[in-house]
Amino acid sequence: MKVTVLVRPKDGILDPQGEAVRGSLRKLGFAVGGARVGRLVDLELEAPSSAEAKAQVERMCQELLANPLIESFEIEVEGA
Amino acid sequence: MLVFPGSNDERDAVWALGALGADAQLVWHAEEALPRDTAAVVLPGGFSYGDYLRCGAIARFAPVLEAVRDLAEAGGPVLGICNGFQILCEAGLLPGVLRRNRDLEFVCRDVRLRVERTDTVFTARCEPGQELSIPVKHGEGSWYADDDLYGELEAAGQLVLRYAEECNGSVGDVAGVCNKARNVFGLMPHPEHAVDPLLGSGDGALLLAALVDGARERTLAAA
Repeated sequence: MKVTVLVRPKDGILDPQGEAVRGSLRKLGFAVGGARVGRLVDLELEAPSSAEAKAQVERMCQELLANPLIESFEIEVEGA
Repeated sequence: MLVFPGSNDERDAVWALGALGADAQLVWHAEEALPRDTAAVVLPGGFSYGDYLRCGAIARFAPVLEAVRDLAEAGGPVLGICNGFQILCEAGLLPGVLRRNRDLEFVCRDVRLRVERTDTVFTARCEPGQELSIPVKHGEGSWYADDDLYGELEAAGQLVLRYAEECNGSVGDVAGVCNKARNVFGLMPHPEHAVDPLLGSGDGALLLAALVDGARERTLAAA
């Protein structure tokens, strides 16, 4: 099963990387109001159901893939 | 002195601790136990496991970390320098998290620090409010805690060290924090690079010598 995890800097947290990207895009002439840079993790795993896969990946996020102090995460299970 | 794949300051730190009278030994991250009679642990600077995912995020699962956790719970002094600080935060042994520097710049210079608390093993040789000059070298040293956590830590006296000048955008200019029990301490500056005035400053020795004092007391108490 393919599962994609999107990790984002939490709302309200300063994202210097996003700010730098926004500045560069604006310099290139794009009218970008805001940019936030996160991380994408593609996983392949075996699970009996997509609900079970999602539950597993949720634990992965809490234990390793995201730091809850500064990051939020979103899980997408392919075909679910 | 723990060594992870990617650590790079362990030798300076072992040398500095040795010069201050400690018997410091390198311990590989895959070890499950610390050497017998270990009185204190230091986690060095560097880029453990390539700093993949987030700094310190993977090192916190190293086998040796369990033994460090046990020592910390038993009251043993544990010091994390730079990447070691990041690891202790990710491991939940210290509060907060280290993020990318606000200006995205790798800062590498001597900084002035102010000692806020002297009631820890690590700062026992300092005076309250004392200014220290110790070098930093990091790209991800901006310490962060939300307002609630920050208030809690300030009230509990866990914000031990602050930058006395702009450095990396840390919340409250915090440069070093300790745990509730005050026996685990992490800081971004490198005291091991400031133990000889010939190299710019000897102020780091104040912190490391205090750690050696604490370790010695523990060893004597156990004997």
